[in-house]
Amino acid sequence: MFALLSRPTHAAWLTLAFAVSLAVAICHPANATSPAAVVASVQVVQIKNFAFVPAIVTVAPGTTVTWTNVDEDPHSVVANDKGFRSRALDTQDRYSFTFTKAGDYAYFCSLHPHMTGKIIVKPR
Amino acid sequence: MDERTSDRIDRRGMLQCMGWAGTGALYMMSGGIASSVTLDAALAATRPGARLAPVGSFSFLQISDSHVGFDKPANPDARATLREAVAKAKLLPVKPSFILHTGDISHLSKDAEFADADAIISEAGIPVFHVPGEHDMLDEGGGKAYLARYGKDTLGAGWYSFDHDGVHFVALVNVANLQPGGMGHLGDEQLTWLAKDLAGRSASTPIVVFAHIPLWTVYADWGWGTDDSTQALSLLRRFGSVTILNGHIHQIIQKVEGNISFHSARSTAYPQPAPGAAASPGPLRVATESLHGMLGIRTATVVPGREPIALIDAALG
Ligand SMILES: [Cu+2]
Repeated sequence: MFALLSRPTHAAWLTLAFAVSLAVAICHPANATSPAAVVASVQVVQIKNFAFVPAIVTVAPGTTVTWTNVDEDPHSVVANDKGFRSRALDTQDRYSFTFTKAGDYAYFCSLHPHMTGKIIVKPR
Repeated sequence: MDERTSDRIDRRGMLQCMGWAGTGALYMMSGGIASSVTLDAALAATRPGARLAPVGSFSFLQISDSHVGFDKPANPDARATLREAVAKAKLLPVKPSFILHTGDISHLSKDAEFADADAIISEAGIPVFHVPGEHDMLDEGGGKAYLARYGKDTLGAGWYSFDHDGVHFVALVNVANLQPGGMGHLGDEQLTWLAKDLAGRSASTPIVVFAHIPLWTVYADWGWGTDDSTQALSLLRRFGSVTILNGHIHQIIQKVEGNISFHSARSTAYPQPAPGAAASPGPLRVATESLHGMLGIRTATVVPGREPIALIDAALG
């Protein structure tokens, strides 16, 4: 589930994100009985060489996906249906979005629209 | 007293620009076929007969992809190289009538980037006509900052046309509302406008079209083309001389299709790899001493009645 990242700041950030989402899942009364809620998790996608890596990711509802641009060129993350949209991400900039509902979420880079990806959200 | 061969007249026009041109390649259009020779070879061939260009001719500059704000290893100071480009333009023996900037003025659409680009380019002391690149559409409003600064007297996302000494110039925007999985995009509204803009113009009117992304498919895998360019080109085919200038790919690539010639320009900021020559089209890192040879500006010389337009690409170093 976790992509390994070499930079300590990434690791620390991920740990924090995980802890926060876990805390939210545990503390929120509405989530207490929902099996999906305790799967609160994170997923990373790299934007590298003008591509989303991995391009297709399957996650459980409640997962926060974080995109990090490691290219020297700016990119963006924009849902085809405009349901989510980052600003332009310069080198090392990140964007996160939490997917709560099951479904297929196709997205692209609005600067380089040949760059496409998909998040598939489905219960485990 | 006039020399009658178009070859010599074209060269004469181009000689206006050769005093400052360094080691760039020179592009000549003759009979619809593009050919290139090095500037040194051209100078050697024509120096003895060099004369002034005929009255009524004019020249203009193309500057592209200045990416003001870019500070990555491929070029830590894109402002400095833009300054060098403008300094080079100021050394031209004949002052160009205006500049066409074919987009990616800024790197991240920040106000300070646009303002600095304008301040540097204004040093040339001639009017500037703009089209946006995708890097100029990155403000919250998705291009509102660009339009606020450059969009006066333009339509839609910033398209327009104007005439200069018998030549019709058309500025097209192919970086707005880009579609998932696609490339550059003009859109129906702009195509409808273009049809109206060209309707009724004589087929003998020389046309110059400028846009950011190439209007022919240079390399689809990298999105180097415009989805609906075929529709625009079909409107242009009846004209006897159509010159299409673009940026975006930070290198000189050209193609001729009947009376239409396509020319992509160098950037003033950083080079990009040849199509498919790298893992991605991202900034190409080259040795510091090689960088200036891969950046540059373009001069176009128009001689009335002598088509096509002669282009000279000159590197910064
Ligand atoms: Cu991109």
